[in-house]
Amino acid sequence: MSRVTLLSLQVLVAVVAIAAWHVLTTVPILGVTVLPPFFFSTPADVFGRVVQWFVEGSIWRHLWITLVEAMLAFVIGSVAGVLIGFWFARQPLIAAVFDPYVKMMNALPRVVLAPIFALWLGLGIWSKVALGVTLVFFIVFFNVYQGVKEVSPTVLANARMLGMNERQLMRHVYWPSALSWMFSSLHTSVGFAVVGAVVGEYLGSAAGLGYIIQQAEGVFDVAGVFAGMFVLAAFVILIDAVVSLVEKRLLVWRPVAAETRT
Amino acid sequence: MQESGAALRTTIAPAAPAVALGDVTIAFRLGGNAVYTAVEQASLSVADGEFVAIVGPTGCGKSTLLNVAAGLLAPSAGTAAIFGHPLAGLNRQAGYLFQAEALFPWKTARENVAIGLEVAGTSRAEAQRRAEDWLGRVGLNAFGGRYPHMLSGGQRKRVGLAQVLIRDPKILLMDEPFGPLDAQTRQIMGNLLLDLWTADRKAVLFVTHDLEEAIALSDRVVIMSAGPAARIIGDWPVRLPRPRDIAEVKLDAAFHALHREIWNTLKEEVLKGYAQTGGG
Ligand SMILES: Nc1ncnc2c1ncn2[C@@H]1O[C@H](COP(=O)(O)OP(=O)(O)O)[C@@H](O)[C@H]1O
Ligand SMILES: [Mg+2]
Repeated sequence: MSRVTLLSLQVLVAVVAIAAWHVLTTVPILGVTVLPPFFFSTPADVFGRVVQWFVEGSIWRHLWITLVEAMLAFVIGSVAGVLIGFWFARQPLIAAVFDPYVKMMNALPRVVLAPIFALWLGLGIWSKVALGVTLVFFIVFFNVYQGVKEVSPTVLANARMLGMNERQLMRHVYWPSALSWMFSSLHTSVGFAVVGAVVGEYLGSAAGLGYIIQQAEGVFDVAGVFAGMFVLAAFVILIDAVVSLVEKRLLVWRPVAAETRT
Repeated sequence: MQESGAALRTTIAPAAPAVALGDVTIAFRLGGNAVYTAVEQASLSVADGEFVAIVGPTGCGKSTLLNVAAGLLAPSAGTAAIFGHPLAGLNRQAGYLFQAEALFPWKTARENVAIGLEVAGTSRAEAQRRAEDWLGRVGLNAFGGRYPHMLSGGQRKRVGLAQVLIRDPKILLMDEPFGPLDAQTRQIMGNLLLDLWTADRKAVLFVTHDLEEAIALSDRVVIMSAGPAARIIGDWPVRLPRPRDIAEVKLDAAFHALHREIWNTLKEEVLKGYAQTGGG
C-alpha cells in the first residue's frame, strides 16, 4: 500500500467518525437526538473550544507545564533506570537480594502513590514528575538489565579475545547493548512519562493538560473535556513523532525488521 | 634454579610449538551428577608457521578443543602450552575467528576491524587508517561504513578475518569459518586465507567438517572421532606443493589419494556421529 493511500484511509476514518458524531448529536432521528449534546458535546463546539484556547493563548502555559513534567520524569527515570539496571546486571548478588522488592514495587499500581507524592512534594510540578519517574524507571530498568544480560556470549568472547579489559567491555559491549534495549522501549517510556504527568495533574494541581480536563469535568463542561483530550492526543502524537526521529538516528545499526512493502 | 630455567627457556624456545595440547580431557557438568565427557585425552601440537586442520563429525568437540587453545575454557585434565609456556587464562597470542556471528552489531565494518587496535592503545585515527587498509586486503574497500547486518555472510566473515588479523596474532584459531557460506564463496575465501597466510605465516588451527577443504588448505590434517569422549584418531601430513589454488589442487592425483586414505578412516566415525546425534 502506498503512503498516500494509507494516509487518505487514515484521514477517512477520522472524517467518518467525526461526521457520525456530528449527525448523532445535532440531527434528530425520528424526533430523538441519539447523543444529547449535554453529554456528548458536538464536533463544532469542541473544535471551537480548541481554537479559542489557542487564539487566546491560554493553552500554551498548560502545554508547557505538562511537557516540562514529562521531560523531567523521562530524564530522571531513565538515568536512574540505566544506572541501577546496569548495576544489578553486573552484580547478580545485589539483583538476587532486591529481586522480590523490585517485583513488589513494579506490581503496585502507581496511581495510588499520587496522593502521597502530593503530600510530600506539594501540588507543584515535582509531585507529577515523581509519579512519572516511578513509571519510566521500571521500563528502562528492566530493559537495561535485560540488555546487559542478553549480550551474545560469542560477541563477549570475541571482545575478550580482542584484548578488551573489564572497562572496555563495559564501554564497547555492555553499554551499547543496554542502550539499544533502552532505545527500543523509548516509545513506551516517553508515553508513560506523559501519562504520569497528566494523571498527576488530574489528581491535584493548578496547571497542565490534566488540570484543564479535570476543571472542565468539575463543571460538566463536556466540550472542554473533549477539547482537552484532543489537545492531549495531538501532543502525544507529536512527541511520538520526535521519538521516532531520535530512534532512527540512534539505532542506525539495527536491521529494520518491518521494512516490508505490500 | 631460576637462572638456569631462564637460560633453558631461551635455548628451547625456538623449537617450542605454538600450540601444544597434552592429553586434554574436557568434561561438562550437565546438572545433577551427570557429566558429559566431550573430548578425552587429545594431544595435538601446531608448530610455529604451520597450518593444521582439524576434521571431525558434528558435535565431536572441535569447537571445545579450540576454546581450550584460546584459553576460554580450562580443560578438566591435561595440559595446554603456548610457545612452551603453560596457558593460564586467555591466550593473548591468539586471534580467534568464531563459528557463530561475533562482530559487534553496533559498530560499522571499519570500527569492528579497528577496535582491536584501539583497545590496545592505538589512537583512533591511526586505528581507523589501518582498518581501512585491512578492509582493502580482504576486498571490502567500499564497505567500511556498513553495519554487519548490511553485509552478506561472506562479507561478515571477511570483516571478522580482518578484525582478528589486524592485531597480528602469532596464532590463528578458526572455527568452521566458511561453514555457512556457499561453495563458490568458500573457495574464494579459502584462497584469500591462503594468500594472507602465505604473506605472513602464522600458526593456524583450522576447524572444519569438510575434509576436502582441510586437505586443500593445510599442512597437516588431524581427524577426531565421534563423541562422547572423542579422541584424535589420525594425523596425516599433506605434502601438496604451495602456493596452492583451492580449485586446482582438488584436481591433483595426490589430493585424491590422500582424500581416499583419510576418508576410509573418517567414514566410520561420521556414520557413528550421525547415529549418536540423530543426524544433527
Ligand atoms: N557448555 C556445554 N555444556 C554441556 N555440553 C556441551 C557444552 N558445550 C558443548 N557441549 C557438548 O560437547 C560436544 C562437543 O561440542 P562442540 O565442541 O561444539 O562440537 P563441534 O565439534 O561440532 O564443534 C557436543 O556434544 C556438545 O553437546
Ligand atoms: Mg563447532
